Amino acid sequence: MQLILQNLIGGLQMGSIYALIALGYTMVYGIVKLINFAHGDVMMVGSYVVYWVMTTSVITALSQTNPAVAIALAVLAGIVFCIVLGILMDKIAYKPLRNAPRISALITAIGISMTLQITIQLIFGSSQLKFPNIIPSIVLFKVGRKPVKLLEVLTTVISIALMIGLNFFVKKTRTGKAMRAVSEDQGAAQLMGIDHNKIVSITFAIGCGLAAVGAVFYAQKVVYIKPLLGSMPGLKAFVAAVLGGIGSIPGAVLGGFIIGIAETFMKYYASDYVDALVFGILILVLLFKPSGIMGHKVREKV
Amino acid sequence: MLRVENLNVYYDAIHALKDVSFEVRQGEIVTLIGANGAGKTTTLHTVSGLIHPKSGKIVFMDKEIQHVEAHNILKMGLAQVPEGRRIFAQMNVQENLEMGAFTRRDRANMSRDMDWVFECFPRLKERRKQLAGTLSGGEQQMLAMGRAVMSAPKLIMLDEPSMGLSPILVTEIFKIIEKLKEQGVTVLLVEQNAKMALSIADRAYVLETGRIVLEGNARDLLNNDEVKKAYLGN
Repeated sequence: MQLILQNLIGGLQMGSIYALIALGYTMVYGIVKLINFAHGDVMMVGSYVVYWVMTTSVITALSQTNPAVAIALAVLAGIVFCIVLGILMDKIAYKPLRNAPRISALITAIGISMTLQITIQLIFGSSQLKFPNIIPSIVLFKVGRKPVKLLEVLTTVISIALMIGLNFFVKKTRTGKAMRAVSEDQGAAQLMGIDHNKIVSITFAIGCGLAAVGAVFYAQKVVYIKPLLGSMPGLKAFVAAVLGGIGSIPGAVLGGFIIGIAETFMKYYASDYVDALVFGILILVLLFKPSGIMGHKVREKV
Repeated sequence: MLRVENLNVYYDAIHALKDVSFEVRQGEIVTLIGANGAGKTTTLHTVSGLIHPKSGKIVFMDKEIQHVEAHNILKMGLAQVPEGRRIFAQMNVQENLEMGAFTRRDRANMSRDMDWVFECFPRLKERRKQLAGTLSGGEQQMLAMGRAVMSAPKLIMLDEPSMGLSPILVTEIFKIIEKLKEQGVTVLLVEQNAKMALSIADRAYVLETGRIVLEGNARDLLNNDEVKKAYLGN
């Protein structure tokens, strides 16, 4: 029982991170029918931006007197940078391909992914860097012999709060409803006076902003960051989005938590097979329920 | 109010509209009739800005709009009820109507318009919290029309509102179109059901393979031998 609880706590932490990233995949897919395979790298860039801001002289000085403000500024910078990066990525790379075959956009996504990795490598080098400690390593309580740290709790709580906020935004606000309208029928939404490109920008902004938050938690957990940091969690979050039903927001959250929890249990029992398990899930989903847990059945128009 | 001059539209190499010209005057019901593939929907999509013409002019309320983006056209007062209704199936009835009013900020008038829509279509009021995808075909058509009304249009373009509906529902829908006219909305009606369309319209144009081949008073066209033979089935 205790063992289950321990793994569950770790699973929730990883699951929150996957869910945050998976939301970006699924929302972008819902609006532009594109798998943005550069999404994991946006997250990686976010962690480097936070790292860089934390090492600037201004912030280092500030963190002596007022560490909380310094950290908040660094995290905010990471989020804003990723939001801008996401919007620019769409405007420069994806927008010209809006009416092109999907494979072109997919190849472009891979191209962006490599561009981001190599750019970061050129600036920061390819060796790993130690991510600054921005969430104090405090033990809050113990489950059995396992200490539960502030990071684990904070990751889960903040992520869930963000997801609830996002759900409210999409369900209740004017812009959120417009996003749903665009994801259902782009042409009809345009006839309602909804500016498609604006909605796409907002979608990329939200997705990449959430990825930046995920980046902070992930980097803090793994301690060392490197230019390829985003690829594995990016791929796993993609699996989570497919498992939940690509295009479905609650699906991405559910998928994220399932993958995170499954992975954590697997790590405990057979850590060598963690990645195999996650991608095994992808294969099973694609074989037996390609629309995912909460996705709609898509009828191809002939 | 709406003047279309020598419109030419291409889908790649296909010349879909050939020098199409027509006019809709304030307060009229004008109908555009024609067979499948004649270019009726293309005409409406071009006026709505979803497709841009290769040449020609579209003048709405004294402004040239042939290069205006679709999402800005609605704001000018030109709404379209698209073919196949295209309501947002995963949103409820009320949210669909709200989407129709997306560009509006005048909340007081919006709720008055929503009341009017519910008055015209009491069945929508009963189902306001129901997902639009679960409505019947007729109800969906009503919702699509209500959604367009919610944008407070000066001119409303209807694409095949009778498609797939039972004769009783068609009569009901056409009554609403006449009601719209009474409210001061100008109507451009695209129909395959030429008889129904001509019976409520003031003027009509006949579109054949991308070209306007006939125009005149609706009543005259109703008695025109060619129209009778080609579109009225007698």
